[in-house]
Amino acid sequence: MAFAHSDRPADTAKIVVAGGFGVGKTTFVGSVSEIEPVDTDAWMTAESRGVDRERPGKVRTTVAMDFGRISLPTGLVLYLFGTPGQPRFWHMWDDIARGASAALVLVDTRDLESSFAAVDYFEQNRRLPFVVLVNLFDGVATHALDKVRDALQISPHVPLMAADVRDRRQTLSALVASVQHTIRTTRPAAARAADL
Amino acid sequence: MSPPPRHPWARGFVLVGGRTTTRWRMLVHTLVSSTGEHPPAAAGPHPEARALYLRVLAGPQSVAELSASCGVPLGVTRVLLGDLAGRGLVTLHADTDPFSPHILERLLDGLRAL
Repeated sequence: MAFAHSDRPADTAKIVVAGGFGVGKTTFVGSVSEIEPVDTDAWMTAESRGVDRERPGKVRTTVAMDFGRISLPTGLVLYLFGTPGQPRFWHMWDDIARGASAALVLVDTRDLESSFAAVDYFEQNRRLPFVVLVNLFDGVATHALDKVRDALQISPHVPLMAADVRDRRQTLSALVASVQHTIRTTRPAAARAADL
Repeated sequence: MSPPPRHPWARGFVLVGGRTTTRWRMLVHTLVSSTGEHPPAAAGPHPEARALYLRVLAGPQSVAELSASCGVPLGVTRVLLGDLAGRGLVTLHADTDPFSPHILERLLDGLRAL
């Protein structure tokens, strides 16, 4: 999709939507994107050969990556990128996370384990602040949030919230919260001290 | 556009000469725009490169969008766009600092205004 109406390209920004397989990443992106979430194939390079332990000796060459786009009234075009769920694609996560302003890790409380790798990735990658979002599939939480924090070993400073990602407003609120967390985390210490 | 090749990965790898990197810095959301109308032949002999170039002529768009809309894998797209930039046919826009207060403020205000 092009921005044919504009002579000057907008600035772009990116937010990463991570989490295990089937936790609702595509639903999240689809609920706010102005384009249908797009799948594209990323090109697995040679270094992935040793990583695919499930099929030793074979090179798995395709991995789908989905993304959406939101044109913001402030002249910024925001891209939302979903990460491939499987941990063996971690070098692709680096590619997707590079240059991002914020990240959300989606969690399905019926399958906490599937998002553990994503939480672990962002806990270790300290450069990109992240929040954790419990997806309320049926509008209700099946676990208390503090139990989710314990089970997934989420650091105390990482915001944890819940939303039904089918709902555009709730998805937008989660995006706002992720950006606010980045602002709090990346502001120079002097600016933070001035608030005290 | 030509019909999809039977082994797109192998074809992609061969058509970029086995290259997996390019000297151009390209994030998945880096915007690409045209430098003006050039004949499609200027994009070189590969149909994938021409498809990407023609797509860029329609208006600025991201590397990932170009990859998806042309059906060219991301890694191949990056190499071919690097070639097109080297020939002066497309411009790769400079990254914005993702943590600059100005960008974060526009992001926050923009999301809140939706």
